Amino acid sequence: MSQLKEAILSTTSGGNKAFIPYIMAGDGGLEKLQPTILKLQELGVTAIEVGIPFTDPVADGPTIERAGERALANGTTLRKVIETLTSFADKIQVPLVAMTYLNPILAYGVEKFAEDAKLAGIRGVIIPDMPLEEREIVHPALKANHIALVQLVSLTSTSERIERLTKASEGFIYAVTVNGITGARSSFASELEEHFKKIQEYTDTPVLAGFGISTPEHVKSFSDFCSGVIVGSKIVDSLVADDWATIEELVKASKVTAVK
Amino acid sequence: MSQVAIKNGYYGEFGGSFVPEDLQQVLQYIGEQYEKYKNDPEFNEELDYYLREYAGRENPLYLAENLTKQLGGAKIYLKREDLNHTGSHKINNVLGQILLAKRMGVKRVIAETGAGQHGVATATACAMFGMECTIYMGAKDTKRQALNVFRMELLGAKVVAVDKGQGLLKEAVDEAFADLVANYKNTFYLIGSAVGPTPYPEMVEHFQSIISKESRAQHLEKEGKLPTAVVAAVGGGSNAAGAFAHYKEDKEVRLIGVEPAGAATLSKGSPAVFHGFKSFVLQDEEGNLLETSSIAAGLDYQGVGPLHAHLHSTGRGEYVTVTNEEVLEAFQTLSRVEGIIPALESSHAVAYALKLAPTLSPEDSIIVNVSGRGDKDVEQVFEMLNK
Repeated sequence: MSQLKEAILSTTSGGNKAFIPYIMAGDGGLEKLQPTILKLQELGVTAIEVGIPFTDPVADGPTIERAGERALANGTTLRKVIETLTSFADKIQVPLVAMTYLNPILAYGVEKFAEDAKLAGIRGVIIPDMPLEEREIVHPALKANHIALVQLVSLTSTSERIERLTKASEGFIYAVTVNGITGARSSFASELEEHFKKIQEYTDTPVLAGFGISTPEHVKSFSDFCSGVIVGSKIVDSLVADDWATIEELVKASKVTAVK
Repeated sequence: MSQVAIKNGYYGEFGGSFVPEDLQQVLQYIGEQYEKYKNDPEFNEELDYYLREYAGRENPLYLAENLTKQLGGAKIYLKREDLNHTGSHKINNVLGQILLAKRMGVKRVIAETGAGQHGVATATACAMFGMECTIYMGAKDTKRQALNVFRMELLGAKVVAVDKGQGLLKEAVDEAFADLVANYKNTFYLIGSAVGPTPYPEMVEHFQSIISKESRAQHLEKEGKLPTAVVAAVGGGSNAAGAFAHYKEDKEVRLIGVEPAGAATLSKGSPAVFHGFKSFVLQDEEGNLLETSSIAAGLDYQGVGPLHAHLHSTGRGEYVTVTNEEVLEAFQTLSRVEGIIPALESSHAVAYALKLAPTLSPEDSIIVNVSGRGDKDVEQVFEMLNK
């Protein structure tokens, strides 16, 4: 079992829900990466999704796209993110999940990326512009380095496709909860619960909800029908504002035992 | 013919569909519908009708006698896509895709546009077919091309200024895809260039292949043989895709794509995955995109259609560059010598033909694809010449 899946299952078996915050590496400078990761870790997050900025972020909404632009503007690259993570890898206790697009990995070299990512504490990878049909481009190298390749399942996926995606996904299944790109939304489609049920039918790999989750209420309401949540835009905004109270509230909402 | 090299959405090793899962599903559906209708006799009869009666095809393959004499080499033929309704080759593809949208029962069409030519062509066809039309355009482009925005609105389209990122074509494309994912049940996304995830590059090439279907027959009739070379400008690559399609198997015909020196994707780029497909792209060593600069908005693009990446890497196509100065010179030369004002995009092809013709013999002939008319560029050229 991958370390990533193990971390999620150990959270859920304790009665809590998995909580994975998304951060954009290099937003506010790469020197912020270490304190941010260590502080999130202290708050008791299950894993941390580390976004790598890219010039063509087709799956990102405005908040994360702007964070990516800021990170690129101050010189952040995949290489530098991996170097920075590696420099304090001994202090990282939660699995890191890199979210990046395919081209920076191709430019880095797939094999080299997988080897270096492992040393940087990266235990999972999400590549939103790489479809299931193309996963062999990176999968063998990731597998050799024990890095889980997480697949996204969307609301538009057919049953046949959901089955293939869920069977292929490693670590967890990233269930996209809105049609389109990332970003906080105020309400959710009613068919969501059905959708999650359908996904869970095919697998015992944990299903996490992501895209548009921005309040403790969202976190709680999703917890009813999945193993946990990924929170992106809201975390990115809160980090820019240095508003750790909001982040703490969100993490707390995933912990059944801590909520009165 | 044009579909020979395509397999599972790939031209050789280029193409594919590198998009998020939600979009993947929607594109697959569009691909199935395209496959269903592209060889349907009734569909093609209707398309032929509109290409003839509405767009004004076939257009001439015109022997540029004055230019030929002046250059003293190969005969120069001009394929007059500039004479189509809306003034460029864009209408060929728009009519094809909008008929597909109609077959799919869709009432709403969306499109992206940079300089506005594709947006105008799409708005035109939507007006005629009674479709609701939304055009996404970068906020910066809407300011630079205010008249084209008015043109589209005059035709009944809603123009959405996308105020994100740099406010250019790329942001308009992203926004259009987001719209498609949210509204795919009643919306068709009509892409104008031979780029993007499958099935778009193949679909655009197919609907543009009418250019070379005509030019090949016209040249055979006039000269009793095939041309020595076909020359077309390449940005995303739709006019060149159409100009080359029916010559791909005629190995003796040189296929020459002309890129701006400031956006020389094939000459200076390297393979990459971006904007949903694998092709050549101008990128840095970290895999991020570089900025481009061309005087022709329609060629100002970091990438290129997968067909051209394939023709380039197999050696079947030759890809060359011309400078902005050469383009400006060609723009004026064709206007003065033949009384035809070409679009700045098309002027790239003309510029290379001016260099190529004198090196060939009078037995040779070159077809230059005049993809659009230059009226839209007259003001810009005026400013550049009077600076």
